[in-house]
Amino acid sequence: MDTDLNSQDRKDLDKFIKFFALKTVQVIVQARLGEKICTRSSSSPTGSDWFNLAIKDIPEVTHEAKKALAGQLPAIGRSMCVEISLKTSEGDSMELEIWCLEMNEKCDKEIKVSYTVYNRLSLLLKSLLAITRVTPAYRLSRKQGHEYVILYRIYFGEVQLSGLGEGFQTVRVGTVGTPLGTITLSCAYRINLAFISTRQFERTPPIMGIIIDHFVDRPYPSSSPMHPCNYRTTGEDNGAAYPSVEDSQEVCTTSFSTSPPSQLIVPGKEGGVPPVPSQPAHGTQADHERMVMCTPLDGALYSAATPSSSEDTETVSNSSEGKSGSPHDLLETIFVRKVGAFVNKPINQVTMASLDIPFAMFAPKNVELEDNDPMVNPPDSPDVESPLQGSLHSEVSSGSSTGNTHDDFVMVDFKPAFSKDDILPMDLGTFYREFQNPPQLSSLSIDIGAQSMAEDLDSLPEKLAVHEKNVKEFDAFVETLQ
Amino acid sequence: FIPGGGGAAASFGGRESAALPSPAGNTGLACPRAQTAMNCRAEVLEVSVEGRQIEEAMLAVLHTILLHRSTGKFHYKKEGTYSIGTVGTQDVDCDFIDFTYARVSSEELDRALRKAVGEFKDALRYSGSDGIGQISLEFYQKKKSRWPFSDECIPWEVWTVKVNVVNLANEQERQICREKVGEKLCEKIINIVEVMNRHEYLPKMPTQSEVDNVFDTGLKDVQPYLYKISYQITDSLGSSVTTTMRRLIKDTLAL
Repeated sequence: MDTDLNSQDRKDLDKFIKFFALKTVQVIVQARLGEKICTRSSSSPTGSDWFNLAIKDIPEVTHEAKKALAGQLPAIGRSMCVEISLKTSEGDSMELEIWCLEMNEKCDKEIKVSYTVYNRLSLLLKSLLAITRVTPAYRLSRKQGHEYVILYRIYFGEVQLSGLGEGFQTVRVGTVGTPLGTITLSCAYRINLAFISTRQFERTPPIMGIIIDHFVDRPYPSSSPMHPCNYRTTGEDNGAAYPSVEDSQEVCTTSFSTSPPSQLIVPGKEGGVPPVPSQPAHGTQADHERMVMCTPLDGALYSAATPSSSEDTETVSNSSEGKSGSPHDLLETIFVRKVGAFVNKPINQVTMASLDIPFAMFAPKNVELEDNDPMVNPPDSPDVESPLQGSLHSEVSSGSSTGNTHDDFVMVDFKPAFSKDDILPMDLGTFYREFQNPPQLSSLSIDIGAQSMAEDLDSLPEKLAVHEKNVKEFDAFVETLQ
Repeated sequence: FIPGGGGAAASFGGRESAALPSPAGNTGLACPRAQTAMNCRAEVLEVSVEGRQIEEAMLAVLHTILLHRSTGKFHYKKEGTYSIGTVGTQDVDCDFIDFTYARVSSEELDRALRKAVGEFKDALRYSGSDGIGQISLEFYQKKKSRWPFSDECIPWEVWTVKVNVVNLANEQERQICREKVGEKLCEKIINIVEVMNRHEYLPKMPTQSEVDNVFDTGLKDVQPYLYKISYQITDSLGSSVTTTMRRLIKDTLAL
């Protein structure tokens, strides 16, 4: 097919395609590093800026790309793919995007290689720069480091889109016709991320040090190791004291309820699109989702669990000792890890009931830890309104707060980090919503207002008479003011 | 072949396939129009934003277009060849929209766009209209005419962004608006890239003497195609334009 192409053009074209592939990988990976990219324009060409664009070359990325290409070029049936995936601190991962650089047979013989193809490849790289900021994974990658990291993997060969779940979408970045075929650059991305607000990750503390993650247990035989799109060190892990963020479909969360189980866990999210719809949608991810469950105890424990004594384990356990019903109820407490959707690994499920020990709540260490957890809330918070609570409540069978019906799970208010729960037992979002609008004037509320208005009107003539008598006093008063 | 090198400055250029035949509804330009000399590609984008989002949304769209329509500075050498400088990019986070866009790293260009968008925003907010306006980015070529006629400006691509300003009642709605407008802008960027990718008409690469007829060579670090930004505010009746203001960001006309 390249009979018309002279050898110089052919060499040039091969070189262009090779460097285009390398630059494509650089742009994609750099766009997922989680930071803003900035390069300078230079009016004098340096001779090393391919396609007249200032794109830095991260050596490791170039090395990986060259390794994947292994001296070949994208050709028909052999595409270069960059897979972007997310990996949580718990070890669960999920593919987010696949960027494909493909070549098909449609040739454009007339086109000038050294000029037109080069400029169009440059335009395509600019389009790639624009599109990489626009797919859902971009916003996720900007927030990485706390709960999850973004990894990339380069492979060469057939495109594998099965890891993206159902209903993934495709965006075409662009095409460039060449005498050897048409180069196409496109991205297939998972869309179920689209409704996940990324702000939920803001309040959690950073989790780990340098992430060096090479795991080779990929489902595909021609797999290459995954690499982090993050070279920074993040802060120390002090997340042990806090349950991690739990209302993301993707992130594996560990919301343990503690022994005073009559408390409500509600993902503390303020506004935005609540991802809760994903939770009740057990249909699609039923096997992978668990909710934190515990049985409510009766009212006595309720009050015992109202800690002005900031979750003193002793107090709670002592008071619960006196209740005959409590150990029985506690035995039904189930501790489950809530996991993200699409997770393949089985989840450990620790059932307290299976431990079959009396006074189960004293036994495990982590339970005591959770008792000291400031996230746990005193029980009057169920009164607080929250859209998430509402939807989660719809999940829970009725009467979750009424005690003795052995519901499967009870909602516990999720407290944001650093918030005190002794002054106002509600999370920031709830507080804000409650006090966002000023309360209605009592005199304006219908029933009370009407009555008092009527009374006021009746008493007016008397009041006027009294005031008229005191006119002189009022005048004297006014005089003193002037 | 050396990367960063240019080519011989003869008349190259992309394919000259005809684009959409409709000439842009221009709002009156300084140079006389060659009405049927060339087909001009016209693209229209629409966004609904809140007042404080106007500037960022317009900048995002205009910068994305100009990213595709700018090259490095040309340096002409002997024998009619030229080399092309390097264009850098930088990411910009929006404060009032959940959105980030990539723009050309050129402070001059950014300043010029900000000035135009700022004027558009002021006109939109203080004109007393119900908040509907449009801003147009037009790419044109100059064609020198013999004396006494002035040069002609021939547009070859016009992008129009129609803006509808909404007023929101409370913070919750504003929060939702942040995200929604962010998503809408993502769609617009995809639309822009789609159009750019069609590889339709682009002016031929000029010789050294002609370069100012095709490119804006006044910036020191990048070289966009010659462009003009203008805007219109429609009055509340939606009828004909009450305020037509023409702003020439760079007046390259010799009158």
